[in-house]
Amino acid sequence: MALKTEPIVVNIGPQHPSTHGVFRMRVTFDGEVIVDLEPCLGYLHRGIEKLAETRTYTQNIPLTDRLDYLASMTNNLAYVLAVEKLAGVAVPERAEHLRVIMAELMRISSHLMAVGAFLNDCGAFMTPFLYMFREREKILDLFEMVCGQRLTYNYMRIGGVSHDIPDEFLPALRRFIAEMPGFIDEYDQLLASNEILLARAKGVGILPAKLAINTSASGPVLRASGVKWDIRQADPYSVYDRFDFGIPTGEVGDVYDRYWVRIQEMRQSVRILSQAVEQLPSGEVCASMPCLLRPPVGEAYGHIEGPKGELGFYLVSDNSIAPYRFHIRAPTLINLTALRDMTVGWKLADAIIIFGSIDICLAEVDR
Amino acid sequence: MLKGLALTFRHLFRSPITVEYPEQGLTFSRRFRGYELVWDVGRCTGCATCAKSCPQGNIEIVTSRGSDNTYKVEKFEVDSGRCMFCGLCVEACPYEALFMGCGYELASYQRGQLVLSKEELEPSSERQPSGYARPKVEALMPRQTLLIDRTKPSPRKPKISLGSALSLSKGWWRK
Repeated sequence: MALKTEPIVVNIGPQHPSTHGVFRMRVTFDGEVIVDLEPCLGYLHRGIEKLAETRTYTQNIPLTDRLDYLASMTNNLAYVLAVEKLAGVAVPERAEHLRVIMAELMRISSHLMAVGAFLNDCGAFMTPFLYMFREREKILDLFEMVCGQRLTYNYMRIGGVSHDIPDEFLPALRRFIAEMPGFIDEYDQLLASNEILLARAKGVGILPAKLAINTSASGPVLRASGVKWDIRQADPYSVYDRFDFGIPTGEVGDVYDRYWVRIQEMRQSVRILSQAVEQLPSGEVCASMPCLLRPPVGEAYGHIEGPKGELGFYLVSDNSIAPYRFHIRAPTLINLTALRDMTVGWKLADAIIIFGSIDICLAEVDR
Repeated sequence: MLKGLALTFRHLFRSPITVEYPEQGLTFSRRFRGYELVWDVGRCTGCATCAKSCPQGNIEIVTSRGSDNTYKVEKFEVDSGRCMFCGLCVEACPYEALFMGCGYELASYQRGQLVLSKEELEPSSERQPSGYARPKVEALMPRQTLLIDRTKPSPRKPKISLGSALSLSKGWWRK
């Protein structure tokens, strides 16, 4: 005879180590099974969209660093692409290639962090996390060499990038490209053949392809559900149409598939990196721009395939030095809308890893 | 499990990749954006381009007209508590009078101490300029320590082939 119990509401977060920031979930349990989940947002709201309307176009670039702080380079890239679209600026070839190199390094770094944190949530406390951090550290070293900071890069500029790369950058990057696939294999072998991980992750938190499309999920969450959608190929920006790379897709859209898609995407990013280094032309790194940019009246939406999904910036210009409207399409906020459908029917411990597998960054969700 | 232990075993014999920070330190990048600003009073003309380019409005400049019709900088104050080290002021400076600094330990007991005056911003033994946006300074800086130089070239390639991880694991754990 099944025991009938009253549903109980439990508050998880906002200060909880597995919520990856300040995120609160109001979860209704029936026994140990989740019957309802409601995300409560806004604990990290800093009003960046409003703040950006009072600053010039160049001054907004450091602000975009503070959205998804694990992928600042791609935030910069998405923003400057939107401004360039608005103002009709042509970018030099070398700058385009440098942007691709930085964006792909950032993608690897962000995925390493996502996979490491996800395994942390699975219970492999800190060991895989620190393995991932060692590789991430090498990428941060490269970024520090180029732009002087390790987290808030502020590297992209409207019309190019702020600095050319130093002489020792390319040798270090080539070494990184050479040894990274070996490390990815090492970790993947260690984890994908781990019975505990498979038992925890396989078949858990399934997001069907149709639901993923209906919630307009994007990035690894969408691709894990088997939808082959990547803006780098669907709507190529920068010089992505010149590189040959695959789009890994999952089969069922469970937690394991999302993990697997991230691992495979790192391999594809290494492929793009090696091609971009080969093709890197010489020349200018930034188009000549006026001190205060005044784009013509109009609106533009620039979007890129960020590490976490489609990152877009919607800008409206009224021909002044600051944007009239500055809106961010944050991928993780939209991916979060699928969280309830993924978690209902699972237990609390599963909810934590399902949540971890979305790979959210609260600074971007609340902005 | 043996595979995992083998990896752990290999890690026992590699050299440590971390350093004990307060005693030891790593050499940072030549373009390091540290301690907010280093200000060269001789080159500054008081044009306030840096103050205009600052996203936070952190830099306060008060000038007066000198006898030879040039600007004399009366006050040059930076509130480092609000500084976000973006480096836009250094890039904007047309006379190369501003530099990013090299330090990174800037905790203070009082907020008032974070507001730096003209005298405190000038270069001193502990306030050295870094090479951010200043190629001449960059050439003089020591080489950055890279983690990639300190790890072994490449680990032994595992036998498992690319992308086969999924097919290997299909359903066998449920049996």
